[in-house]
Amino acid sequence: MVKNWQLARKRTTLEKRARIVQAIRAFFIERDFLEVETPQRIPANAPELNIDAMASGDWFLQTSPELAMKRLLAAGYERLFQICHCWRDGERGRLHLPEYSMLEWYRADCDYHSLMTDCEELFQALASDGRLCFQGKSIDLSPPWPRLTVTEAFNRYAPLSVEAALRQDRFDELIVTAIEPQLPKDRPLFLTEYPISQAALARQKPTDPNVAERFELYIGGMELANAFSELIDPVEQRQRFLKEEAQRRSAGKPAYPVAEPFLQELATMPESAGIALGIDRLIMLFCNLDKIDDSVALPPENL
Amino acid sequence: MYSCSDLKKGLKILIDGEPHVIANYDFTKPGKGQALYKCKLRNMITGSLFDRTYRSGESFEPASLEERSMQYLYQDESGYVFMDQKNYEQVVLSEATLGDDKYFLVDNMEVEILMYGEIGIGISLPNFVNLRVAQSDPWVKGDTASGNNKPATLETGYTLQVPSFVEEGTLIQVDTRTGEYSTRVKE
Repeated sequence: MVKNWQLARKRTTLEKRARIVQAIRAFFIERDFLEVETPQRIPANAPELNIDAMASGDWFLQTSPELAMKRLLAAGYERLFQICHCWRDGERGRLHLPEYSMLEWYRADCDYHSLMTDCEELFQALASDGRLCFQGKSIDLSPPWPRLTVTEAFNRYAPLSVEAALRQDRFDELIVTAIEPQLPKDRPLFLTEYPISQAALARQKPTDPNVAERFELYIGGMELANAFSELIDPVEQRQRFLKEEAQRRSAGKPAYPVAEPFLQELATMPESAGIALGIDRLIMLFCNLDKIDDSVALPPENL
Repeated sequence: MYSCSDLKKGLKILIDGEPHVIANYDFTKPGKGQALYKCKLRNMITGSLFDRTYRSGESFEPASLEERSMQYLYQDESGYVFMDQKNYEQVVLSEATLGDDKYFLVDNMEVEILMYGEIGIGISLPNFVNLRVAQSDPWVKGDTASGNNKPATLETGYTLQVPSFVEEGTLIQVDTRTGEYSTRVKE
């Protein structure tokens, strides 16, 4: 008989994690969001150049519940949330688990600004004293949180403009190596207005056709959530799917089937906004953990 | 050839024809963006450390290294000379390559030499070596600031802390992994 002490030592974290997930549920239920469960094994994910799905028989494990959530929006459900597992092939690092927990929520008749307010209120509700202590830094959660556009972030922190970075295919590299390390660590930050090429499912900003109404939430130097005003034009959406598929093929990646029911029903979807937030990283913030492995009971290497 | 998914701490790869070891590694990826592989690399010949970020699709040539059992012969102006006892081939390692390991070499000692082709790029010492104290002042009674320790210089020029009872000429055992005094050797 050998007790797994590594696992036994995680009790404090696992108890806190359970309380936080309960508090997240309570937050959304109080605000009249409907909690839903959609299948995790599906025939088609949204095709994205840089997200690889894991096969499960002839189908796939979901990389996000996004398409199912939007079919619910299109059917008239106006406020939705889901807490579920997602799988992304080949993603393993200090902040990445190939199977991880995702919180997604969606609002009809809103745009991405409402989601920023939701984020501010959610963290206020979870952190009783309005602060987080993370990796030796105190993070002040009082709203409103600073907003910074991607263009401004490149001007301020990167050696290239965002246009030049896109031309040289160095957008992601500079986000990770130049911008993320220099973002202020004492406040959350919304990085907003992504180039339209970096948003497969987001709506174009009406006042600036070069950018999408999309933001990423950074807290403590970690990317925590991705959000956007939803693209609801089925013709444009199909074209973007085809473009992503073509890019996947030319990168030598496996092709994915088209999510036909989603594209069919998108026509009846109201103006909406949706967001995906990594629960494991949120637990890292609240439990002051340095790596994602410590936020879950059993990382894959321990199975 | 290795691909990005093979990258991990300790992997040895060739960059510009020279062997490098991954000293530190992290996978990172903006949620919707490209996977990036952040590596801290050490050039195994020069010892220099630097950061490099790779993206998926890149490939790496493995650095083929072998360990050979050799005997330490002597030091001269060319460096530290070792000999393979099977075929009597000699290999010279520079002072820079050896680093602090040079202080733990005793004549005729058996060591493992890490070879990249014909070039010796590193050494695995036994965990313990016996070395004689060349110089150490007598311990001053009442010197409580240093505990019961005092500095000593060994025959190879290495300086370390030894217990107060160790005198000049004493043979001591040193742990080569930490560089610290281990015990006094009975002669």
